[in-house]
Amino acid sequence: MDAVSLLLADSRFPGGGHVHSGGLEEVVSRKLVTAERDLPGFLHGRLWTAGLLGAVFAAASAHAARRGVRSGHWLRLDAEFDARTPSHAQREASRAQGRGTARAGRLAWPVVRDLLAVTPRPHHPIVVGALSGRPREAALTVAYLAVSGPASAAVRLLGFDPLNVNAMVAALAPELDAVADEAAGTAGVDPSALPAPAAPALDLFAEAHLRHHKEEVRLFAS
Amino acid sequence: MPAEHGHGHVHPVSFDPTESEPDRYEAAPSHGRAYRIGIGGPVGSGKTALVAALCRALGDEINLAVVTNDIYTTEDADFLRRAGVLDAARIEAVQTGACPHTAIRDDITANLDAVERLEERFPELELVIIESGGDNLTAVFSRGLADSQVFVVDVAGGDKVPRKGGPGVTTADLLVINKIDIAHLVNADMAVMTSDAHRMRGELPVITQSLVDTPDAPDVADWVRKQIR
Repeated sequence: MDAVSLLLADSRFPGGGHVHSGGLEEVVSRKLVTAERDLPGFLHGRLWTAGLLGAVFAAASAHAARRGVRSGHWLRLDAEFDARTPSHAQREASRAQGRGTARAGRLAWPVVRDLLAVTPRPHHPIVVGALSGRPREAALTVAYLAVSGPASAAVRLLGFDPLNVNAMVAALAPELDAVADEAAGTAGVDPSALPAPAAPALDLFAEAHLRHHKEEVRLFAS
Repeated sequence: MPAEHGHGHVHPVSFDPTESEPDRYEAAPSHGRAYRIGIGGPVGSGKTALVAALCRALGDEINLAVVTNDIYTTEDADFLRRAGVLDAARIEAVQTGACPHTAIRDDITANLDAVERLEERFPELELVIIESGGDNLTAVFSRGLADSQVFVVDVAGGDKVPRKGGPGVTTADLLVINKIDIAHLVNADMAVMTSDAHRMRGELPVITQSLVDTPDAPDVADWVRKQIR
């Protein structure tokens, strides 16, 4: 793991990730996760769907950055991620984190200038990949963030023991590696042919989160 | 198609890209940069009431908008709309992921996004008031978010609060001691509070006020005018 990936994966990275629960707030409000034993299943499911999709695009973006693609390629990656994310709320959450990461990233690493010239609000995995330039490490970073975000949200929303929750995330290590390997394996394929893992339930929850909480208290943006 | 489209059922996922804002690929049009004042302080000290008072006092002379980090419901929006002269388009709510101090200090992304949305919507904007969620005495605004900041405490929180110090009390550009009209009811000694506040803050200003007695917060409004002019 290189230092750039550590910075991007750190929950203290000031890219706006801490206001996103990855669907957990909606799941909690529906009482689908109420006890610590409910959390690993949610994290596992998110990792292999939304997490894998993000990892695939992070790896592809890192691959693209490494070989210095032209601007049209960034637009195609961006559009292909849109096409694999049917929920508008999920696309907004991804772009909000992408824009936040880009805001912090372009100060620290000017390499993302080409990407931001054509997509000022890029999707989060794409900007992470572009900043990293290393397909497998970018994929691992995004896969990790796909579970560390909701895990932290569970601690904040339900008062779960942070030591137990940390152990749950640690127990996912082999799966995180497997997701990163799988994503790295498709890093070089044409954007239109990238895998499209999906979780319809997470899409539905994201839409419900936005709709159902418009009139009530909402602590997380997604 | 929209989630609700008039033939008796609701689609659980909206596939209509125009239903809310479209996905944006273009850069936002360039806009000016409004002066940003942060208002922080403990829960219940009167931050939202002060924001409302400032909107009332300054709304006609300064082009202003508000970002609220407080747990936000339509009730709060109604409160600001009724109390001030602020239309809903000038209020942006930020979700803080249950960590109000993080959103104003350690990771200001969500607040910067909200400020920029307001600046895009109102290109002539002169002032954005950013109200933090209620937090503790250590919660201060990052200088990357707020150009200057007000820390609001109240007499009911105990007259020892200024003496306790903490970055809010000691470093804010303005300390407001609120609700002085009820000091006698909560056995708060105003002389002790103000002398402690001045001792902790050195040259930095302290204003004591009651929004019951002076609903338009004239002293704080004057301080705000001096900041932006």
